[in-house]
Amino acid sequence: MTAIFEPWNETRGAEIIAEHADQEGATLVILHALQEAFGYVPEAAIPMVAQALNLSRAEVHGVFTFYHDFRHKPAGRHVLKLCRAEACQAAGGDALAARAEAKLGVSLGNTTADDRVTLEPIYCLGLCATAPSAMLDGRLIGRLDQKRLDALVAEAQR
Amino acid sequence: MSMRLYVSRDAGAVAVGADEVALALEQAAAKRGVAIEIIRTGSRGMYWLEPLVEVATPQGRIAFGPVTETDVPSLLDALASNTPHLLRLGATEEIPWLKRQTRLTFARCGVIDPRSLDDYRAHGGYKGFERALSLGPDAILNEVTASGLRGRGGAGFPTGIKWKTVAQAKADRKFIVCNADEGDSGTFADRMIMEGDPFLVIEGMTIAGLTVRASKGYIYIRSEYPHAVEAMNAAIAAARRGGYLGTDIGGSKQAFDLEVRVGAGAYVCGEETSLLESLEGRRGIVRAKPPLPAHHGLFGKPTVINNVLSFAAVPFILAEGAKAYADFGMGRSRGTMPIQLAGNIRYGGLFETAFGVTLGEFVDDIGGGTFTGRPVRAVQVGGPLGAYFPRALFDTPFDYEAFAARDGLIGHGGIVVFDDSVDMRRQARFAMEFCAIESCGKCTPCRIGSTRGVETIEKIIRGERVHENLALVEDLCNTMKFGSLCALGGFTPYPVLSALKHFREDFVPAPTTLQAAE
Repeated sequence: MTAIFEPWNETRGAEIIAEHADQEGATLVILHALQEAFGYVPEAAIPMVAQALNLSRAEVHGVFTFYHDFRHKPAGRHVLKLCRAEACQAAGGDALAARAEAKLGVSLGNTTADDRVTLEPIYCLGLCATAPSAMLDGRLIGRLDQKRLDALVAEAQR
Repeated sequence: MSMRLYVSRDAGAVAVGADEVALALEQAAAKRGVAIEIIRTGSRGMYWLEPLVEVATPQGRIAFGPVTETDVPSLLDALASNTPHLLRLGATEEIPWLKRQTRLTFARCGVIDPRSLDDYRAHGGYKGFERALSLGPDAILNEVTASGLRGRGGAGFPTGIKWKTVAQAKADRKFIVCNADEGDSGTFADRMIMEGDPFLVIEGMTIAGLTVRASKGYIYIRSEYPHAVEAMNAAIAAARRGGYLGTDIGGSKQAFDLEVRVGAGAYVCGEETSLLESLEGRRGIVRAKPPLPAHHGLFGKPTVINNVLSFAAVPFILAEGAKAYADFGMGRSRGTMPIQLAGNIRYGGLFETAFGVTLGEFVDDIGGGTFTGRPVRAVQVGGPLGAYFPRALFDTPFDYEAFAARDGLIGHGGIVVFDDSVDMRRQARFAMEFCAIESCGKCTPCRIGSTRGVETIEKIIRGERVHENLALVEDLCNTMKFGSLCALGGFTPYPVLSALKHFREDFVPAPTTLQAAE
C-alpha cells in the first residue's frame, strides 16, 4: 500500500506544529508529525518550527539534518528498505542488495528516475533470526531470498 | 465451545506470514462453520518455527509450525478429527529448545495477549509492583542491589547503585528513561518484550519511579520498531485505564506516567547521553561524563536511564525476592540473560538462561550451527561494536568478566553467526564504515578515525603495503579505543582488532611461490 501524503500547505503545517509545540523537547516530535503528513519536511517548515519553539533556524536545521529518517524531499511512490547490518550480511544480504540495485538501476539511498521506487539501506529491523529482512512501505518481510526479493521489486515497480 | 488458537503478532512472526496465517485460519473456519477464537500473542522466540500456531487443549497448548497459509485446511482437519499432522510439535512447553531455558523475564512472552491488562495480571503481573508498594523505596533499593542485576544494555553497571544515586539526589523533578533504541544488529530482545509483554516494561519503570520518587518516564523507541511503538502505546493507555499509571498509581497516592518518544534513525542515540539529548529535541550528540545522568540527566534533572531488559527484570526480583534472581548466574553476573541467536543460524531466536553457558553451546548445540549447513567460522557477539570470535574461543562462558578477559563484550546479548564464506576483511571494513555513518561527530577519534579506518582497510584489501597498513589500523584502533568520548568510537576497535587477530589469514595473503625473473 502506498502512503498518501498531503501537498505542503503552510496553514496545515502551522496547525501540526501548534499541536505538538507544548511538549517538552518537541523538535523531533514535530519533525516526525510533519513528515507523516507531507512525506518529507519542507524547507519552509523549518523557520516555522524554530519560531514556535523559540529556537534559531540553525538549531532546527541541525536537528533535521542529524537524523537519517528525515527527508528534505518526497521519497518515491514506494520505499523499499533492505537491512544491511551484520546479521543480514551473514545470511546473504550483500548479494540481495546488489541484485536489488541491478534490478532497479539505482544504488542504495536513491530513487528511480520515474520516481516509483526509493531504495534505502536500513541498519537493523530487529528480525535477525529470520534474516535477511526488508521493509516495503512499512510492511516487514523476513527470510528474504532471490525469489521473494524479485517479487518485492516487481511489486514496488507497479 | 469455540476452539482457542494462538498466533503471534510479533514483528518477526508477521515478517514471515503470521498475519496471513491468522486470516486464513479465520476464513477457513468460517467456511466450515467451526467456531474459533484467535489470540494474537507475542512470540515464543523460536523463530525457525514461526508462524507458530498453538491450540489450547485440556492438557495445555499444542504447537504447530512453521505454518503457511496452504497448511491451514489440513491443520483444521487434524484439529477437528484429533489426528496427527506433519507440523505438529507436541506440547509447546515440552519443546526441548524452550524447556531448557530459564525464563524469568520472558516468562509471559508468547503466552499472554499483550493488549490485555487482565491477562497480564492473571499471569502474575503487577505482583512485583504491589510488593514494592508495601516495601517502600529503601527496601526496594536493597532488593534490586542484592539481586546483583547489572545494566542489560551492555555496560553492565549495577542497577541498584544507579537507582540509589538518583534516589539520594535532591531535585524538584526526576525522570525515569527507558532506552529502547535497540540498534545492535543481532539483537531483538527489547523489541520482543515490548511487543509480547509491554506491561512488564511499564511495571519495571513504575517501580523505578516509586523508588527514586520520579513522576514521569519516557520510553525512547527507535523508529525502525513501529510494532513495538504501537504495542507500548496501547499498553500505556490500558495501564492508565486500569489505574496503574496516572496521578494515583495502584492506590498509592503517588503519581507516575509514561510517554513514548520515537527516535529518527540514529544508532548513536542508543548511547545514554546522546539519547537524552535526542529526547530534549536536539541533535543526538554525546555528552561528556561526568556529570552522570543520575545527577544531571534529562532536562538537567536526576534521571534513571536503563535498558528495556533491565527494567523488565525488576518485577520478578520484587515479586520473588532478590535471592530467587541472584541464585542464577556465575561470578559477578547474576540472574539470567536473554541471548539472541541470529544471522546464519539454524535455530535462531531468543534463549533466556542463567549466565555461564559457553559460546560454543549457544552456537553449535542450541543454535544447531549454520542455516546454510556450512561450517561456522566466525561469531560476532554484542552487536556492531562486539568482537568476532573464532571457534578456538568457543569455550568462553557468558559472563561480563569472561568476555572482557578475551577482548570482547557480551553487550546486549546478540550472537551473529557467519559461515566459512565470510571475508573478515569486509567485516572489519564494515565496522569502520558503520562507525563513520553513525558517528555523532563530537570527538575526533571517532569522527575522523572511522573514515581513515575505512580507507586504510580498503588499501589492505587492494593489497597495498599490507603489513604497514595493518600496523596503521592497529595504531588507529588504539587511538579510537582510548580517545573516544563514548562506546561508538571506543568499541569499534573490538570487531576490527578481533578480526585482525583471530582471522589474520584473511588480511595477509599467503606467500606465493616466487617466479624466476625472465
